[in-house]
Amino acid sequence: MIKLDAKIPEGPLAEKWSRHKRSVKLVNPANKAKLDIILVGTGLTGSAAASSLGELGYNVKAFCFQDSPRRAHSVAAQGGINAAKNYRNDGDSVYRLFYDIIKGGDFRAREANVYRAAEVSNQTIDQLVANGVPFAREYSGYLDNRSFGGVQVSRTFYAKGQTGQQCLLGAYSGLNRQITAGKVTMYPRRDMLDIVIIDGKARGIITRNLVTGEIERHSGHAVVLATGGYGTIYYLSTLALGSNVSAAWAAHKKGALFANPSFIQIHPTSLPQLNDYQCKLTLMSESLRNDGRIWVPKIKGDKRQPNDIPEEDRDYYLERRYPAFGNLVPRDVASRAAKERCDAGFGVGKTGLSVYLDFKDAIKKQGKKAIENKYGNLFEMYHKISGDNPYEVPMRIYPAGHYTMGGLWVDYNLMTTVEGLYAIGEANFSDHGANRLGAGSLMQCSGEGYFILPITIGDYLAGQIKTPRISTDHPEFEVAEKAARDKIKKLMAVNGKQTPTTFHRRLGKIMWDYCGMVRNEEGLKKAAVLVKELEEEFWKDVKVVDTELELNQELEKAGRVADFFGIAKLMIQDALSRKESCGAHFREESQTPDGEAKRIDSEYAYVAAWEYAGDDKPQILHREDLKFENVELKERSYK
Amino acid sequence: MSNITLRYSSLTKKIVMALAGLFLITFLFVHLTVNLMLLFDPTREMFNAGAHFMVTNPVIQFMQIFLFGGILIHIIFGLILQIQNWMARPVGYKVTGWSHTSPFSKFMIHTGIIILIFLTVHIINFFLKAKTGQVNPIQYGDVEYEDMGLLVVDLFKNGGYVIFYVIAMLLLAFHLHHAFQSAFQSLGLNHSKYTPFIKGLSAVVSIVLGLGFMLIPLVVFFSDKF
Amino acid sequence: MNITLEIWRQKNARSKGKFVTYKLDGVSEEMSFLEMLDYFNKTIVEKGGEPVAFEYDCREGICGCCGLHINGYAHGGAHETTTCELRMTKFKDGDKITIEPWRSRAFPVIKDLIVDRSAFDKILRAGGFITANAGAAPDANAIPIRKVDADEAFDSAVCVGCGACVAACKNSSAMLFVSAKISQFAFLPQGRVEAVQRVQKMVARMDELGFGNCTNTGACEARCPKGIKLTNIARMNREFIGAKLGSQIVRH
Ligand SMILES: Cc1cc2nc3c(=O)[nH]c(=O)nc-3n(C[C@H](O)[C@H](O)[C@H](O)COP(=O)(O)OP(=O)(O)OC[C@H]3O[C@@H](n4cnc5c(N)ncnc54)[C@H](O)[C@@H]3O)c2cc1C
Ligand code: FES
Repeated sequence: MIKLDAKIPEGPLAEKWSRHKRSVKLVNPANKAKLDIILVGTGLTGSAAASSLGELGYNVKAFCFQDSPRRAHSVAAQGGINAAKNYRNDGDSVYRLFYDIIKGGDFRAREANVYRAAEVSNQTIDQLVANGVPFAREYSGYLDNRSFGGVQVSRTFYAKGQTGQQCLLGAYSGLNRQITAGKVTMYPRRDMLDIVIIDGKARGIITRNLVTGEIERHSGHAVVLATGGYGTIYYLSTLALGSNVSAAWAAHKKGALFANPSFIQIHPTSLPQLNDYQCKLTLMSESLRNDGRIWVPKIKGDKRQPNDIPEEDRDYYLERRYPAFGNLVPRDVASRAAKERCDAGFGVGKTGLSVYLDFKDAIKKQGKKAIENKYGNLFEMYHKISGDNPYEVPMRIYPAGHYTMGGLWVDYNLMTTVEGLYAIGEANFSDHGANRLGAGSLMQCSGEGYFILPITIGDYLAGQIKTPRISTDHPEFEVAEKAARDKIKKLMAVNGKQTPTTFHRRLGKIMWDYCGMVRNEEGLKKAAVLVKELEEEFWKDVKVVDTELELNQELEKAGRVADFFGIAKLMIQDALSRKESCGAHFREESQTPDGEAKRIDSEYAYVAAWEYAGDDKPQILHREDLKFENVELKERSYK
Repeated sequence: MSNITLRYSSLTKKIVMALAGLFLITFLFVHLTVNLMLLFDPTREMFNAGAHFMVTNPVIQFMQIFLFGGILIHIIFGLILQIQNWMARPVGYKVTGWSHTSPFSKFMIHTGIIILIFLTVHIINFFLKAKTGQVNPIQYGDVEYEDMGLLVVDLFKNGGYVIFYVIAMLLLAFHLHHAFQSAFQSLGLNHSKYTPFIKGLSAVVSIVLGLGFMLIPLVVFFSDKF
Repeated sequence: MNITLEIWRQKNARSKGKFVTYKLDGVSEEMSFLEMLDYFNKTIVEKGGEPVAFEYDCREGICGCCGLHINGYAHGGAHETTTCELRMTKFKDGDKITIEPWRSRAFPVIKDLIVDRSAFDKILRAGGFITANAGAAPDANAIPIRKVDADEAFDSAVCVGCGACVAACKNSSAMLFVSAKISQFAFLPQGRVEAVQRVQKMVARMDELGFGNCTNTGACEARCPKGIKLTNIARMNREFIGAKLGSQIVRH
């Protein structure tokens, strides 16, 4: 029986981390060189962790599925990274940042972790700057900040619209330095297939070399997962096509609890689906809503060109429904409202799955030049992708799956419920509760990678120095490797007719329709049946090209889709069990009379951590009750 | 020699190429000045005096070592760089689109080789003859020079040679059009303010040198003053 | 629309490849270029054939995974556009599209249209970093940096490492890529500390890996999807000359 212990240190909130740092066990430098750490995922989180761990003297074996760490999806983050520097003298502080995250997360995150994330944020910015990240600066030569994600202070550091890229490249350069120093060995183009557990401790992984197709064994004294988010569960999302849940899912199957799997943030302003072949929804900055007006035609299925639709036939539904906030309602509300209109048949575009974001009035009032100054690059990007010129025709936008707040359950040390198995970055559940604030993820990812994990992992590794290098000949490696091979064989043996992508697309649609922006019991139950049926069909009719010992992208996709079925079922179960609305999780049954989300703190102020019980069995719920000692639980109101 | 040059880094080779090239351009200006003397004085006295000076002046003689050294280095480094460049793409593209960037730069090796051929012929025709005393003397008042001018005029009355010469000079102009500004880039002398000027200057240099050299055979061929 | 695709097919790094021509019907103008290839692959797989391998991840022009030589141009030749950002509106019914992998000795083909670009990582590992341990950094505002310098550093730092510069260069030269990283650090005081060693080490590594030399043609700049400027190469040359002539630090 798993007993959840978050291992939150004693003491006042503001002192927990420094006290903890003082009390964790240390590994002496000579011993560090005898310890191997397996690190799966070299996005911002993983690269930062690899560079810090290498500097400390550990032997790190790092893995990623791309050809280079620089391509991890952290590269796509646009808006910025938060830190409580208070460079603007606007009253910001670690506490305020902590409070904003807790509140933004709709009071479903763990206080101690969030406070630490806010605390470390300052050091992180220092580190990134020292690494040569060219953040935006003012004429004085000091760092610029902007206000982001609806908070009242300016604490967001940014590098034009490419903050994620610059942060990732900064961390990646540190990783490169450790590779040159011989402390990190990089294994790119590897898919992690399984985790090897020996005597209850994570001791290695099984990977597939994506170029040669070989199944490989790698061992270490500890295993760290930094494998990012699984927003690709919806097939269409703002994530990279390769983003997946497989590594986390393998860990889950081996005993790591999965927390809040159904908490997925839906971003309201992304490019819509243009056709049935589309595979990706590119994010358009939220800031566009400052000047754009959102509308759909009043007449169902109106086929006129947008500019031919007169004012009286336009429904500015956000302004109609939310006269106070209008187009600036929070992300989740804007997303749900767009979905509602499109579901009711008022959506525009060929697929009927988009709404207009119109700058006509803003251009008329402020002039084209002013709009160009503010959004020039975004308009250009939109023009490039859609072929429409947003200065003349309204943009078309639609919400898209974006960020997974849920992930592997970890304690304060970022260790999962499997001893020696850690999860960091978007792959864990730790900091964002039921909803993430803008610019909060890069902050968490780099903080955990550079400063938190390298310290907390020492506490565990200090007890491992007597364990000699783990041999990959251990029977557990044998078993895990065989299981991985069997799965590949099984996938290839089906030899059906439909591509893995076809299944992924169909699964995504089910999840989007029933476990997306809006959820209800009936829909979720229906989805559970549909997913099960689709999974059965998958194992009868998927077609995987049979070239095992070679680069085989269809096999990679098939393996990922197979795991998506697992997480899909768990998401549904999680969403069903949480009968309240909170953050991104909107249960229709739990809303206020005027249609707003209703949280039920008395019953659901907990983290839902799920234990794997078998492929076709419901999973077992463990609750980590959330204690709020430093903030008062409030309704998240914006009226 | 080539073993040593191979060891130099790509940048060092480029820099040496650039320096040698710029040096050769200064020589071309000197050469053109002397050549133009022929046009101004059909009696060839001015030209022959200039040529005599070039052949006998000890400073110029000394500089000749550098001139030939420069040419040699420019050729050897150019060839090595080019061979490395070819080796860098063992399998080419089936379809290559036309890119409008610096068109002449794509044919430096070709223009370069043709200029080298021209240079060889040129050296045999003039320089070696002058050096080995195969040129007839001519008397102007008290002074006697080798009549290099006659050698030139004789050759430039030959239509085939004129065509060969003009084509070579055209290619030289193409070569220089890219070379001059490229040398600055290789030397790291790039500046948002001055680079456009250097690019313009590059065009001017190539046109002045190319046209200047071309003019002489054309005038000699078509005019009956010579 | 209906199009003809002529695609380089190569089973693996060891085998010899060849061009294969396919007809593809039912292509929509609304597809992106890579979605067209997805669709093409779907038709192949459903017929029991082997799909064409090509690389991608973000599909929004930022990860640098994608990179195809399309009808003679790296990334298809549209201004500051990666292959994944290319749209089928650029093509018309009946077009023949020739798709080739990047060609360079330093980028060997792994399969079909996928090449091995790890040479880029190797160059960066030679010196494309600042030796700053976690924890050692001073306050982020301790060193002011002129806005123009920070902006220039940023403009050089936006390189996505796709390799189009090498692919487009007639000499397969990697100088635009290398110079962009050298320039980014050259503009920052943090980066200047190691500038002398950095440029020498990175250039040496670049040479070892079999890239060609720069002839200042500018095809790299023209094809770079991120608008990295040729001036970076001049800056690298300058840094190099300075390091060789001006510094007393010996490279080891
Ligand atoms: C479009 C977009 C914009 C965003 N904007 C912002 C923003 O402005 N501010 C902000 O704070 N956050 C933003 N985010 C969120 C943030 O970018 C991510 O949450 C964060 O970068 C995740 O980093 P990571 O290191 O955890 O994962 P990733 O960067 O996704 O890295 C995952 C790593 O794991 C590897 N991996 C995955 N699966 C496997 C496997 N099975 N085997 C082997 N390796 C594997 C991958 O190769 C990769 O190296 C944005 C996200 C998106 C999608
Ligand atoms: S797929 Fe990421 S840049 Fe094209």
